[in-house]
Amino acid sequence: MPKTRLFLERRSYRRRRMMDVVRILPLLCTVLWLVVPTMWPNSTEGVSETQTPLSTAIWYLITIWGLAIIATFALWRRIRNHDEEDESSPFGTPRSRW
Amino acid sequence: MVTLNQLIGVCLVYVAGLFLVAFLAERTALRGRGGWLLRSPLVYTLSLSIYCTAWTFYGAVGYAARSGLEFVTIYLGPSLVMIGWWWVLRRLVRIGRAHRVTSVADLISARFGKSNLLAVMVTAMAVVGVTPYIALQLQSVTLSVAIFATPDLASGRGGQSTDNAAFWVAAGLAIFTLVFGTRNLNANERHHGVVIAVAVEAVVKLVALLAVGVFVVWGVAGGVSETVARIDASPIGTWQTSDGRWSALIVLSAAAFVCLPRMFQVMVVENDDERHLQIASWAFPLYLLAISLFVVPIAVIGLEVMPIGANPDLYVLTVPLSQGQNGLAMLAFLGGFSSATSMVIVATLALSTMMSNHIVMPLWLKLSPLGVQQSGDVRSVVIRARRLSIILIISLGYLYYRGSGGSGALAAIGLISFGGVAQFLPALLGGIFWRGATRTGAIAGLSIGFIVWMYTMLLPSFGPDGALPASVFEQGLFGWGLLRPEALFGITGLDATVHAVWWSLSLNTLLFFLVSIFSFPTPLERLQGAQFVNVFDHSSSSARGWSASEGGAEDLMIMSQRILGAPEAQAFFARQALQQGRVGAPPAPTPEFVQALERELAASVGAATANAMIGQIIGGQAISVEDLLAVADESAQILEYSSRLEVKSRQLTETAHELSRANKKLTQLSLQKDSFLSQISHELRTPMTSIRSFSEILRDMEGLSGSEKTRYASIIHSETIRLTRLLDDLLDLSVLENGQVSLNQQPVNLHTIIEQAVTTAKASSARQLEIHRRKRSEDVDLFTDGDRLAQVFINLVTNAIKYCDASVPVLNIAVRRQDNEVIVAFTDNGSGIPAEAESLVFEKFARLGRGDGDGAGLGLAICREIVTRLGGDITYVPQDIGGSFEVRMNCTTPEKQSQRLLPV
Repeated sequence: MPKTRLFLERRSYRRRRMMDVVRILPLLCTVLWLVVPTMWPNSTEGVSETQTPLSTAIWYLITIWGLAIIATFALWRRIRNHDEEDESSPFGTPRSRW
Repeated sequence: MVTLNQLIGVCLVYVAGLFLVAFLAERTALRGRGGWLLRSPLVYTLSLSIYCTAWTFYGAVGYAARSGLEFVTIYLGPSLVMIGWWWVLRRLVRIGRAHRVTSVADLISARFGKSNLLAVMVTAMAVVGVTPYIALQLQSVTLSVAIFATPDLASGRGGQSTDNAAFWVAAGLAIFTLVFGTRNLNANERHHGVVIAVAVEAVVKLVALLAVGVFVVWGVAGGVSETVARIDASPIGTWQTSDGRWSALIVLSAAAFVCLPRMFQVMVVENDDERHLQIASWAFPLYLLAISLFVVPIAVIGLEVMPIGANPDLYVLTVPLSQGQNGLAMLAFLGGFSSATSMVIVATLALSTMMSNHIVMPLWLKLSPLGVQQSGDVRSVVIRARRLSIILIISLGYLYYRGSGGSGALAAIGLISFGGVAQFLPALLGGIFWRGATRTGAIAGLSIGFIVWMYTMLLPSFGPDGALPASVFEQGLFGWGLLRPEALFGITGLDATVHAVWWSLSLNTLLFFLVSIFSFPTPLERLQGAQFVNVFDHSSSSARGWSASEGGAEDLMIMSQRILGAPEAQAFFARQALQQGRVGAPPAPTPEFVQALERELAASVGAATANAMIGQIIGGQAISVEDLLAVADESAQILEYSSRLEVKSRQLTETAHELSRANKKLTQLSLQKDSFLSQISHELRTPMTSIRSFSEILRDMEGLSGSEKTRYASIIHSETIRLTRLLDDLLDLSVLENGQVSLNQQPVNLHTIIEQAVTTAKASSARQLEIHRRKRSEDVDLFTDGDRLAQVFINLVTNAIKYCDASVPVLNIAVRRQDNEVIVAFTDNGSGIPAEAESLVFEKFARLGRGDGDGAGLGLAICREIVTRLGGDITYVPQDIGGSFEVRMNCTTPEKQSQRLLPV
């Protein structure tokens, strides 16, 4: 039954990569939310033509917010059924579950 | 216009509704029903929304009207924490569940060796930090009531008639919390009434804010694009947040989200199922997004339609009112009311647990002369302590509100409160990620962080000559310029909030780290540290620390009955006894049992108190070095186990390889054996056939002449000789191959052996062969079996005589020394051995197709066996003319030579 095994391994491999995304996503959001807006021209110091309109800033933040929510939702759908399997692996330390 | 009486009526109905919902939820839970709703991820997520208080509901709009998009940082921080649930929250929730943690103070104290000093510090800091926040909620309710009470009141100043509102709201909240917050002592058991009421209020405030937002966008502004145009045209229409504030506020709100006692209460303590956390990881950011979606539109429209000087904190109310939308205004009021009440209820609950567990109970334990062993129900003491704490905290909030005169923008108070509780973060994160964090370090970090926060954030918020004299603002404390509260260490130009957050958190972290590094933890701290940091490896195992004598069981029973209640305690003891396999007897006070009991008690009175209580009965915690090592090295053991497994599996793989190699070899041997047998049969059959035929002729043929008879008989004779030789050779080879040969080793001279071999070979053959030798080089002494070596040489010389196809056959025997070896080369001038046959010449029955040889093809095979046995080597080396067999022998001392011999 090599075919079945191949399938299982692929799936657990995918799941681990999904866990990687779960770990990385907050860092990505931090960059997009915390770092990017600090690069925008600021009305307290800049010339008026280079100012960022507030609506642009709002659209940007809401878009990232929405994408982040969709991403975490999708991740939850992908890994929610496998939590128990993961926890019961013989060496259940996060490190060895890479 | 809504009258004040109508408003109060609606409020009372709403509050009555909340009481009813809470009551129904408690009753349903008591009957063991409704778990699908009470324990659903939806309710969990909604209960998290107590993060959004009246500060959010009113204050966010005011904040946006003052400083644009900066308000959103307060929601981005928590969203980040939720999206990053895997890193921190998952760990916190697991620790909270594994150690039956009752509050953030309990967690920190339990981590650092169940230190009550730390618990008291954290509790005190939380009370100081959260009290202004509770005052803020009361203030927001008062302000919103005032809007309805005095019709001209866009200014938002509360009249005399509404001052009492704060009191009545405080009293109502106190009653609600008393009724539904202290029903059960075990803080880990969910307060279903409270949780469900909070969830309902979460829906109410979201719906109210969304309704106002929808009204403003589509009712007042006239659509999305018009709203966007108005936003960009408004005074806050450009991005004006300073970079420092933007980052600092996101970090601050993220820290506060984890550390706020009320957030810890709903997120960790009341968590029912770890999987709910992942659902909340997308659901709660969604809630926050929905809450902040319409904040800027409401602020912008408010700035447009409301007169200058109107309090922007109340735009959510005053904008619908100014447009004549009384119903919507009422809904908005309920939204604000519910945000305020739910926050106060949960915050009070969390703080009262901390106060009663970490301040009142330890005091009572110390002051009560008989300790915990006196008779009577301690539960009533704990519950009374908790109720007292609730009243105390709400009173503090009320007094703060009266004392501060309801001044200050909402957002400012909120941020100050955030800054206070964020000081727990280094100790909290350090405690759950770093085993090196120590109690002393945590105390040092918390103290400096709290002091800096007080000095740079809380006290200056009262203004010059408020809490600090104006001279301190200008010249610094004691006249030291370096200690000015808004420019510590002479660094000016920072925004006051950024300044305070930066200095308090960085000094806190630095000191926590440095002191931790240079202090040494007690055994209990190290034990707890290992358990907290490795919570995912340890959650099932419990640290053993108690060594109780049999006599302690009775006392333990008495004490737990008084804390857990008689039926609960008896059930717990019976369960434990059953686990120990004792029926009808109390459980033996094994370390495991005492540990379980301590956890059970900790869920009611906190880790430090439970530890102290059990300590009073059992008399000191005995943690042996072995226990410590056992726990600390558990991960090491797992690692070792896995590496052992790895070695085993590698060994298995190797064995499998060896087996398959052996199998291949066996198969080859079997094939060789088969081919050997068939060769033998073939070799035997040929002479046998001729012997049989000629003997039959001799027997049956009449009238054979004498010469014929002689000829046939001599054929038979020569065939038998050939057979005998073949059998001799086979026997010889078999003996050699099986290693059964006994070698007669002695000192011999190579010259003698070659001489003997040449003579013998020449004598047995009719063919002439010219042999060239250099006798002087042959004078080499060897320690070997001379007869066997001579046999090899005879074979080689005979082969040359037989097979050399030159017209004048010449054999050159050359001896040369190489290092420790002597090489004897037999080179003839024939055509040599064809390249394709070279690899075969030493195999059994390998006869080259030419010639008339009578050998069986075993000669060279025997030679190779003999030379190998003698510790040497024989090879065929092709030459320009002819071929050369080289015999390589070691010319060593007798001792060494005997070592080199292959085992016999």
